[in-house]
Amino acid sequence: MPKDTGIGASPKRREDVRFLTGKGRYTDDINVAGQAHVVFLRSDVAHGTINGIDTAAAEAMEGVVGVFTAMDFDGVGGIPCGWQITDREGNPMQEPKHPILAEGKVRHVGDPIAAVVAESVSIARDACEAIEVDITSLPAVMDMKKAVQADAPKVHDDLTSNLCYDWGFVEDNRQAVDDAIKSAAHVTTLELVNNRLIANPMEPRVAVGDYARHDDSSTLYTTSQNPHVIRLLMGAFVLGIPEHKLRVVAPDVGGGFGTKIFHYAEEAFCTFAAKQLERPVKWTASRSEAFMSDAHGRDHVTKIELALDADNNFTAVRTETYANMGAYLSTFAPSVPTWLHGTLMAGNYKTPLVYVNVKAVFTNTVPVDAYRGAGRPEATFQLERVVDKAARELGIDPVELRRQNFIREFPYQTPVAVEYDTGDYDATMDKLLEMIDRDGFEARRKESESRGKLRGLGINCYIEACGIAPSKLVGQLGARAGLYESATVRVNATGGLVVMTGSHSHGQGHETSFPQVIADMIGINEDQIEIVHGDTANAPMGMGTYGSRSLAVGGSAMFRATEKIIAKAKKIAAHIMEASDEDIELKDGKFTVAGTDKELAWGDVTLAAYVPHNYPLEDLEPGLEETAFYDPNNFTYPAGAYACEVEVDPETGFVEVLSFAAADDFGNVVNPMIVEGQVHGGLAQGIGQALFENCAYDEDGQLLSASYMDYTMPRAKDLPMFQVDHSCATPCTHNPLGVKGCGEAGAIGSPPSIVNGVLDALASGGHDVGHIDMPLTPAKVWAAMQGTGGTGDGTAHARSVGGPAKNV
Amino acid sequence: MYNFELVKPTTLQDAVAALKDDDAQALGGGQTLLPTMKARLAMSDKFVALSGVAEIRGICTDDDGRICIGGGTTHADVAKGATDYPALASTAARIGDPAVRNRGTIGGSLANNDPSACYPAAALASNATICTPDREIAADAYFQGMFETALEEGEIITEVKFPVPQKAAYEKFIQPASRFPLVAVFVAKFSDGVRVAVTGASSDGVFRWSEAEAALSDNFSAEAILGLSAPSSDGMISDLHGDATYRAHLVKVMTARAVKAAI
Ligand SMILES: Cc1cc2nc3c(=O)[nH]c(=O)nc-3n(C[C@H](O)[C@H](O)[C@H](O)COP(=O)(O)OP(=O)(O)OC[C@H]3O[C@@H](n4cnc5c(N)ncnc54)[C@H](O)[C@@H]3O)c2cc1C
Repeated sequence: MPKDTGIGASPKRREDVRFLTGKGRYTDDINVAGQAHVVFLRSDVAHGTINGIDTAAAEAMEGVVGVFTAMDFDGVGGIPCGWQITDREGNPMQEPKHPILAEGKVRHVGDPIAAVVAESVSIARDACEAIEVDITSLPAVMDMKKAVQADAPKVHDDLTSNLCYDWGFVEDNRQAVDDAIKSAAHVTTLELVNNRLIANPMEPRVAVGDYARHDDSSTLYTTSQNPHVIRLLMGAFVLGIPEHKLRVVAPDVGGGFGTKIFHYAEEAFCTFAAKQLERPVKWTASRSEAFMSDAHGRDHVTKIELALDADNNFTAVRTETYANMGAYLSTFAPSVPTWLHGTLMAGNYKTPLVYVNVKAVFTNTVPVDAYRGAGRPEATFQLERVVDKAARELGIDPVELRRQNFIREFPYQTPVAVEYDTGDYDATMDKLLEMIDRDGFEARRKESESRGKLRGLGINCYIEACGIAPSKLVGQLGARAGLYESATVRVNATGGLVVMTGSHSHGQGHETSFPQVIADMIGINEDQIEIVHGDTANAPMGMGTYGSRSLAVGGSAMFRATEKIIAKAKKIAAHIMEASDEDIELKDGKFTVAGTDKELAWGDVTLAAYVPHNYPLEDLEPGLEETAFYDPNNFTYPAGAYACEVEVDPETGFVEVLSFAAADDFGNVVNPMIVEGQVHGGLAQGIGQALFENCAYDEDGQLLSASYMDYTMPRAKDLPMFQVDHSCATPCTHNPLGVKGCGEAGAIGSPPSIVNGVLDALASGGHDVGHIDMPLTPAKVWAAMQGTGGTGDGTAHARSVGGPAKNV
Repeated sequence: MYNFELVKPTTLQDAVAALKDDDAQALGGGQTLLPTMKARLAMSDKFVALSGVAEIRGICTDDDGRICIGGGTTHADVAKGATDYPALASTAARIGDPAVRNRGTIGGSLANNDPSACYPAAALASNATICTPDREIAADAYFQGMFETALEEGEIITEVKFPVPQKAAYEKFIQPASRFPLVAVFVAKFSDGVRVAVTGASSDGVFRWSEAEAALSDNFSAEAILGLSAPSSDGMISDLHGDATYRAHLVKVMTARAVKAAI
C-alpha cells in the first residue's frame, strides 16, 4: 500500500493550488503605494568607450523623477563575486569591478548605461530614448582562444589580460597524468563545445526597492532563489546597509534554474534609488531584457583525452577547458567550471589519474554563471561522450566498457578531492537495461529502417555532487560564504507548527515535502505544518536553493530543529505524566510512558508549553521553539544511468526522441511524485540543450538568439513520455534524512544520451561521425551526414566560441 | 509601444478614406504589427483597424470556381471554411498557434510578405489574384522580394482569389524556435501545368522553382524531383537555423514530399 502521508507518500503539491488558480503572489504582484518605475537604457553594442551621456532632455520630460548614470554611484560598491579561485601559480583570479551602471565602457549588449525613474513605465521608456550616449565602438572580444592571446583587445583595461584564471586540478597529478597518457594502449580524444544557454524561467526578473524614512530601513522585493544572500551581498558590499536595516523579500518565485541565485545590478539600483528619491522604485524585466541581462549558463570549449590500458581499463583523464565568464564575474561564476566541474571528472569510474585544466576568460557577452546542474553537466557530457567514443573506436559494447570501470567500493576517494559516500552503479544500470528492452532494439531499428529512418540508442551514466556543501571545505576552495542552512521550528500552543526555513522554493514544492518529514517525526497531519520562507524578516539565515541542496541541507536543519522540539516536548510530557524523560515515547502524535498505559496528546504538551501551570519551570523555559543550523560534512552523490532511442530523418537531419528512460539513485525519497516531476523538468532542459537551445552571438557581439523567434525552448511535443525510476536507493550516509537531491540530475545526465543516440543512429546508416556539437539541429545533423559538419576528431577549427558564432 | 490613434471603420469606403491620411497604416490581425510595435520597431500616427469591416471577411466561390477569401479573413476561418481547397485550408491550419490563427489575417500576411510566411507560397503556387479596392494583381506580379509587394502606400487587400488545382499540397519544415517555415513548398497541379512555390529559403522571398515545375508538368511524381539537383544556394538565406546549402537541399526534399502528399 503506498503511504498517503509522511515520508514516501505523494500528496499533491499544496502550493500548486495557488499557482494554478492565479493566486500566487509574485514580485510583480507587489506594488508599493507611491511607487515610480525604472527603465534601463542598455547598450546595443558589445564593447565601446562611453565618451559622454547627455541626460538633459530626458530629465526635462514631464513625469521623469530622476535620471541616473554611473556618476551617481560614487562611493557605492560594485556587484561582488562570491567565490575566489586560486590559479595554478597560487595567485588569486583577476576580478574586475562590476559597476551598477556602466562606467567609462560598455562591455556587453544589454549592459545598463543609464536608468530613468519616472511616473510610468512608458514615460521612463520615452525618456530613455531621449538620452544621448556618445559611444566609440571597440572590437568585440568573443572568441575565447583569441581572447587570451597577448595582442587581444581587453574587456577590462585595468586587468593584465582577458584571462580570469588558469586553474589546474589536481596540479600535483599533472605529470603523472601526462605520463599515463603517453604510455597508454589507447587514447581517445574529443573536442567539444558545451553550448551557451539562457535559463528562461517563466517569470522574468523583478525588483521593487522601498525605503522607510521613519527608521532609515530599506526593503527589496526581488525574484530570488536566496534572499538572505542578496541581503548580505547587497547590504555589505554594494550599498553599505547593515543587515538589520535591510529586508529582502522573495515571494513566490516563478522558476529560476540558477539564474535567480545571483545578485544583480537592478536589485541594487532599485534599493539605492528608492532611498535617494524617497520613493519606491519598481523594475520588471521585459523578456527581451531577460535575454540580455539574466546570467547565461554553460559555454565551455573542451578538449578531453581518455587513456586506456590494453584491457580497456581507464588509466587517466586529461582535460583542457575554456570557460566563458562573460563581461563581469557573476556571483558564483568562478566556481562553476572549477569546483563544480573538476571534482566530478572521475565520474562513475575508478580512473586513478585525472587532470583538469580550466582557463576562465572574459568576453563581451552577458555574464555566465550557474544553470541547472552548473559544472556537473559539463563534466558529465565530456566524460560520457569520450567513453562512448572510446567504445566505438575499440569496437566494444559501451555499457560493458562502463561497467568494467565502475567504482564498486564505497566510500571511494576519487583522485579529484571528493569522497563518494555511497552508490551502486551496477544497480541503476541493471534497472535501466530492464526498463529499455535493449535486446529488442535491433528489431526496432529494422522497423525504423523500413520507414527510411535511422534509429539510435544512446546510453550513459552520470554522477553529480549535490547538497552543497561543507562550509569548511568550500572555504578552502575559495567560497566567500558558508553553505549551511538553518530552520526555526515554532510550535504553537494549539499544536500546529510553523517552520521558518532559510531555504527558499522557486517551484520545487518545499511547502509540501518539508511538512511530510515533520509529520513523520511527530505523527501529526501535514496540514498542521506551515512552511514560511523567502523573507529575511521572518526566516533564519539561508544560503539559497540551488545545487539540489534544499532537502539535504535545509531539510536536515529542519530535522535537527524538530529533534530539539521533540526532546523538549518529551521533558514536558515526562513532567506532566510524572515519569522519567527516557521512558517517554512519541508516536502518532501521542506521548506514552514505556511499560504503562499513560498517554498524553501532542496538543496537551504544546498547550502546557505556552500555559505553563503544571510545568518544570525551574529546569525548562516555557514555549516550544527551536532553531538549528546544519552544515553538511560531505556532498551527496546522486548517480544513475540514462538511455534514449532517437530516430533521425536522413533526408532532413531531423531528430525525434522516441523514448527516454532514467534510472536514478537519489537515496531516500520523501515525495516520489515531486521527485519524478523534478526529473521530468531536468530531462526537458537537458534534451533542450542537446537538441534545441542555443544562445548565439555573432562575431561583433550581437546576440542572435535574442527572442523566442530564434531561441528554441523545448515543447511538450518535442519530448517522449519519460520512464523514470528511483528505486535503486543507496541512502546518503551523512545527513539525517539519507537524501541526496534530485533537482538537477535530469539536466546533467540527459545531453550525452541524446548525442550518443544520434551518433549511433548515424553510424547505423554508415556515417562515421565523431561528434556533433549541441544543439543537434536538423541542419547540423544533416551537414554531419554530408561529411561537412561532424566534429570531434581533433580536426575541428575555430571551436573556441561557445556555440556557433554564425550560421550553422 | 508609442502612442497612436486608432480608428475602427465599419465600411470599406471609410477604411480607404481613413488610410488616405499621411502616416496612416492598416491594422489587420496585428500578429506581426503588434509585436513589432511593442518592441518600438514600428510606429505610425494612426492605425486603421480592418477587423470591423465585414465586407472584407469571409469565403465564397466565384463563377470561375475560384475560392475567394476576404482580405480580413482570419487564418482560423480559412482553415475551417476553405473546404473546397483542402491544401489551402491545411496551410492556414498550420500557421502559428491558435491565438495567431484566431487574429491573423490573409490580407495581413500577404501584405507583409515575410520571406518565411506560409500564405505567399500558397498564393503564388495557386496563381491567385490579389484584389484591392481599385485593381486586381496576379500573384506573379504581386510578390516583389523580401517584404516587398506591388501594393501602393495605403492600398489594402480586400480579397484573394484562388483557382483550385487538381492536386496540391503544402509541406512545411519548421524553424524550430519561431515555427515559421525554415523551408516550405506549395505544389499545385493544374490541367495546364504544375506550379511550385517556395518560401523560407530565399532572401528574395517567395519564388517559383521553375526546373521542378517543368519536370512535374511532364511527370507529376516524386521521382521527377529526385532526378533534379537542388536549386542553387546562391541567394538562399543563411542564419542560425540553417545555411544556404541546407536550405537549397530542403527545397528539393520538401518539394518531393509535397508531390507525394498531393498524389
Ligand atoms: C507566434 C507567431 C507565429 C507565427 N507563425 C506563422 C507561420 O507559421 N506562418 C506564417 O505565415 N505566419 C506566421 N505568423 C504571422 C501571422 O500569420 C500574421 O498573422 C501575419 O503575418 C500578419 O497578418 P495580420 O493580419 O496579423 O497583420 P498585421 O500584423 O495587422 O499587419 C501586418 C502588415 O500588413 C498590413 N496589413 C494588414 N492587413 C492588411 C490588408 N488587408 N491589406 C493591406 N495591408 C494590410 C499592416 O499594415 C502591416 O504592415 C506568426 C505570428 C506569430 C505572432
